[in-house]
Amino acid sequence: MTSAITVSEGVDSPYALSHLDALESEAVHIFREVAGEFERPVILFSGGKDSIVMLHLALKAFAPASIPFSLLHVDTGHNFPEVLAYRDRVVAEHGLRLHVASVQEYIDAGKLRERPDGVRNPLQTVPLTEAIQQHRFDAVFGGGRRDEEKARAKERVFSLRDEFSQWDPRRQRPELWQLYNGRHAPGEHVRVFPLSNWTELDVWQYIAREDIDLPQIYFAHEREVFKRSGMWLTAGEWGGPKAEESVESRLVRYRTVGDMSCTGAVDSDATTLDAVITEIAASRLTERGATRADDKMSEAAMEDRKREGYF
Amino acid sequence: MSTTAENVAQLTDPSATTLLRFATAGSVDDGKSTLVGRLLHDSKSVLTDQLEAVEAASLKRGQEAPDLALLTDGLRAEREQGITIDVAYRYFATPRRRFILADTPGHVQYTRNMVTGASTADLAVVLVDARNGVIEQTRRHAAVAALLRVPHVVLAVNKMDLVAYEEKVFAAIAEEFTAYASELGVPGWGSGGSPQENWCTAIPISALAGDNVVEPSANMDWYGGPTVLEHLETVPVSHDLTGCHARLPVQYVIRPQTAEHPDYRGYAGQIAAGTFRVGEAVTVLPSGRTSKVSGIDLLGESVDIAWTPQSVTLLLEDDIDISRGDLIVPSGDAPATTQDVEATVCHVADQPLTVGQRVLLKHTTRTVKAIVKEIPSRLTLDDLSQHPDPGQLVANDIGRVKVRTAEPLALDSYADSRRTGSFLLIDPADGTTLAAGMAGESFATHKAVTTVADEEGWDF
Repeated sequence: MTSAITVSEGVDSPYALSHLDALESEAVHIFREVAGEFERPVILFSGGKDSIVMLHLALKAFAPASIPFSLLHVDTGHNFPEVLAYRDRVVAEHGLRLHVASVQEYIDAGKLRERPDGVRNPLQTVPLTEAIQQHRFDAVFGGGRRDEEKARAKERVFSLRDEFSQWDPRRQRPELWQLYNGRHAPGEHVRVFPLSNWTELDVWQYIAREDIDLPQIYFAHEREVFKRSGMWLTAGEWGGPKAEESVESRLVRYRTVGDMSCTGAVDSDATTLDAVITEIAASRLTERGATRADDKMSEAAMEDRKREGYF
Repeated sequence: MSTTAENVAQLTDPSATTLLRFATAGSVDDGKSTLVGRLLHDSKSVLTDQLEAVEAASLKRGQEAPDLALLTDGLRAEREQGITIDVAYRYFATPRRRFILADTPGHVQYTRNMVTGASTADLAVVLVDARNGVIEQTRRHAAVAALLRVPHVVLAVNKMDLVAYEEKVFAAIAEEFTAYASELGVPGWGSGGSPQENWCTAIPISALAGDNVVEPSANMDWYGGPTVLEHLETVPVSHDLTGCHARLPVQYVIRPQTAEHPDYRGYAGQIAAGTFRVGEAVTVLPSGRTSKVSGIDLLGESVDIAWTPQSVTLLLEDDIDISRGDLIVPSGDAPATTQDVEATVCHVADQPLTVGQRVLLKHTTRTVKAIVKEIPSRLTLDDLSQHPDPGQLVANDIGRVKVRTAEPLALDSYADSRRTGSFLLIDPADGTTLAAGMAGESFATHKAVTTVADEEGWDF
């Protein structure tokens, strides 16, 4: 190729991508691979920041066309109302198709039983896997990041699941170069994690750079909370507080968005994206360590749930 | 380094940091976990709750000090057996760079794991125990890094504290490693330039005591080079675009067919090598049709020039038939298309690869049927010797193969482009990834010519 470009090798090369540009380009590549190779992909969308970033990347990947995927939300029945409102707003704004798998419906129908501790996150697995089978989804995008948890550090970008949606960490396909192998038999599907290589800080910096709208619970606000297992949980009809737990009003925000029964708020006065980013860069706790009760159940809690089909 | 307000400010400036992908390789007791633990720990990537979990787990096992290996062994079976099963990816950051570490296990299925980690790495850290020097495993790691064309290697001579921090021990190991690497024909090796211009940088360290990992060592004032972290922060990651053949594998055709964009037809893909410009004459392979680039969309933004590894959408002047699997290249710089692929492969599956086997070959965005015509040789990494006509390759074998494809492929030599010269062989029956292929010549070719071809008449 005839070219007048002279490139000085080094960090300062004008052709070196910033780390956010590199991560964005890689994620877009993953979305387009799935669009090219699968029949019925779906994006798991919880209204949390990771799935919001996923959706934003998917919109960019196929612009100016609309995204060739629908969305699937596993509704635990204990979701933050602000997050559900956000979900419905985004779906309407981009003309997307949303499927909802409802944990509450499974409980009401007697197909799932409420746990004594009221935590519903582990109950998501059955409605999720049944929705995948029912709609015959063959690729399921998840917002999981490998920096979240040590079992996730072992997760492939393309993760084959058997007909029972199970993950077998000992039988994963080696993932070489950017050549993702999505071959699967009928009934099997592939979980796809376009944010595998992102960290919590990357996600927040990207949200700031792209000026992405988020549910307000990610920013500091006064909220009625009570303490359970060392975490500030939001009081509500889902089952808290108990008689011995007392409610107080605190200035808090959420680092993750999940089921209200196991997602804790953190004390924070960060009301802007910049303040949130500074807070995270200085934090001595991981995202999940700070806010997730279900990961603390055992040393292998995440791995065990993933084996069963959790994302 | 501790988290100061200044560090936080630098960490939060996204434009100031680039991304370095690197892989670690080392034998079982070389201290790899300790090195990884120290890099993570000293860059604030081990947070309080993770450390507490490790401390609790160590206590439960009756260990007094926290076992840092528990930070990196994430699976139940790994913790139960005290071994590392698979590649894990870890993340840490300094104010200058973000790092993606492919942490590859030192034993059991070593070759395929290291190949997996090395395939995307800009740099490989090869650990050596200063007391043992260059051993079989070291040679294997160097050979895999060279074969995969990892741009930079760090030879980390560890446990210097156990050899009294002696310069001559380090020098002898570095020299022996250099001699072996020159056999591998690595370009830039020992060119006498700055450490950044050489393929390999040797660093004497003690991961346990912390010498030359993050902080310079007071025990080795004879060493004037960078610490491991300093080297990781400064080694160049950008590609030399001048020598690259521009390549865009088409992933997906974007056709909105809306009132707003009735005629938009864009060819989406990640630029695998080189640069593309508006106005450039291009050829589409394998059809050979030609056109000109009329526009480039960089994720919603119109640009005049784009380069690897950006994900873009190319618009062409002519409405020609292009679909997923095609390759867009500058006219006048097109690779030859072929149905006969010769390559070095690393076998990564438990089931073997045999002559006559029908497989799928995945190259960039194109997957075609193929048949294994020949397996001319199998390579022993320890001494780079060739074993002719092995009949099959099994897990962790590296060998030469000849594959006939059902359709023509536009394949570059892996030496020219890691991205368009690489491919997978896949079992069509169950989708298993069988082998990682690198097209064209490699050091695995040359030895066969000198030691075998003359007497047995092979010609490749």
